[in-house]
Amino acid sequence: MNAPSDTIAQYNFAYLDEQTKRMIRRAILKAIAIPGYQVPFASREMPMPYGWGTGGVQVTASIIGPDDVLKVIDQGADDTTNAVSIRAFFQKVAHVAVTTHTADATIVQTRHRIPEEPLKEGQVLVYQVPIPEPLRFLEPRETETRKMHALEEYGLMHVKLYEDIAQHGHIATTFAYPVKVEGRYVMDPSPTPKFDNPKMHMSRALQLFGAGREKRIYAVPPHTRVESLDFEDHPFEVQRFDEPCALCGGMDVYLDEVILDDQGGRMFVCSDTDHCEERRDAGHRGHLAGEDGPPSSISEGGTQ
Amino acid sequence: MAFDSIAIEGGFKNPVFDAQSMFRAVMQALAEPGTVHRGIALTRPPAPLTPEAAGVALTLCDQDTPVWLDPALRAEEAVGTWLAFHTGAPLANTPADAHFIFVADAENLIGLENFAQGTQEYPDRSATLVLQVKSLTGGAELVLEGPGIESRARLSPHPMPRHFARQWAQNRARFPRGIDIVLVSREGLAALPRTTRIVNQEGEPCM
Repeated sequence: MNAPSDTIAQYNFAYLDEQTKRMIRRAILKAIAIPGYQVPFASREMPMPYGWGTGGVQVTASIIGPDDVLKVIDQGADDTTNAVSIRAFFQKVAHVAVTTHTADATIVQTRHRIPEEPLKEGQVLVYQVPIPEPLRFLEPRETETRKMHALEEYGLMHVKLYEDIAQHGHIATTFAYPVKVEGRYVMDPSPTPKFDNPKMHMSRALQLFGAGREKRIYAVPPHTRVESLDFEDHPFEVQRFDEPCALCGGMDVYLDEVILDDQGGRMFVCSDTDHCEERRDAGHRGHLAGEDGPPSSISEGGTQ
Repeated sequence: MAFDSIAIEGGFKNPVFDAQSMFRAVMQALAEPGTVHRGIALTRPPAPLTPEAAGVALTLCDQDTPVWLDPALRAEEAVGTWLAFHTGAPLANTPADAHFIFVADAENLIGLENFAQGTQEYPDRSATLVLQVKSLTGGAELVLEGPGIESRARLSPHPMPRHFARQWAQNRARFPRGIDIVLVSREGLAALPRTTRIVNQEGEPCM
């Protein structure tokens, strides 16, 4: 209704119609008021298939305004298909500024990673979630999982983690590792590596989760306790990497394995491309970084 | 025809962007209880509905959300007509049916337990209270703790419903059921989600 009228067909700002935005906004407010609880919402069809982040896109479309600066990452990278197309989508339908720099963004939409750089107050992290229900693979019936959440009956989840220990000697869950929010709701952090779980705890940013196909929205407000489930004798631990990033030499970051040849050659590089680039710009070098300095920023880099 | 023009005029100048700006203010207020936020609330509703409360109504209410008006707002017929024209929201017959509650006379508000609390399975099916207050400062100080608050937050709104600290403790005890409150005044808006605890200086729950 506010779209410029110089062309014939125009979408509303940020694609969604206003009534849909109101419905999603109401769900977001309830989600913030009940941290970790999955609020049902009337998910819409989006111009992309389920599994490509329709939940996250609907959440972002409902909160974004003309002054926002958007960053989109897919497995930590700004330059993969999903991230590039969602960023282009919002440039087209909302004319917002985009960036690859975590610090410059007001909204970060993510698929399966949390940026390495700690988020700040006022930033919003929007997760794309495939299966929002942490108990779904243990109990397929929604009526039952809803009752389990209502009664705070999470014994089954501990049994699952215990079976890991019985079989493998340690908790073998490495991603979508269940967390308890503010001591009440058990929540699926989306398929982030468990390496990122500690970043959710007492984060300074607001975290919103959207599951389009499953039609659920949930949230973690800033400064909220997010504890990974564990046992006294098997405390929660994150992955450790033996070597630093091959490009920037960074330690204590999450690394991706890259196959170099068919002779078993491989390298480990930062999964968070922005973090890696910023370290290389600051002069850090890994053993495979080469002599010519850092590769030029990816084509869409920088605030536009 | 003066009555009709009162009902029709005074909505958002720019519905899409004004609603987005108002929503972000409400969202940040709920995410960080006790902090005061301002949205663009360029509404001119009939008194005693305030521009800020009307801005929240235009942002969040539509035909899916029955609203309940407190007696002070209901006494002025133009308020109901204005909300009906601009939002399409039906008026709830009883407080318990309403998704949004608009209150102009906070001191004489009926007990919080009269509003929809949600169910244990669906705690989101609860009411949001939009409370018009004269000021967010100068009243009895509420010391706040809970999600969204780093250590402690302070807010001194007035006037507030009678025995508010005790009523709020009961609301908190019903968690995950319960209502959420958005406080609106000329200074902006602040919120008390159901997770927020009111504590006195020693950190004990206020009774």
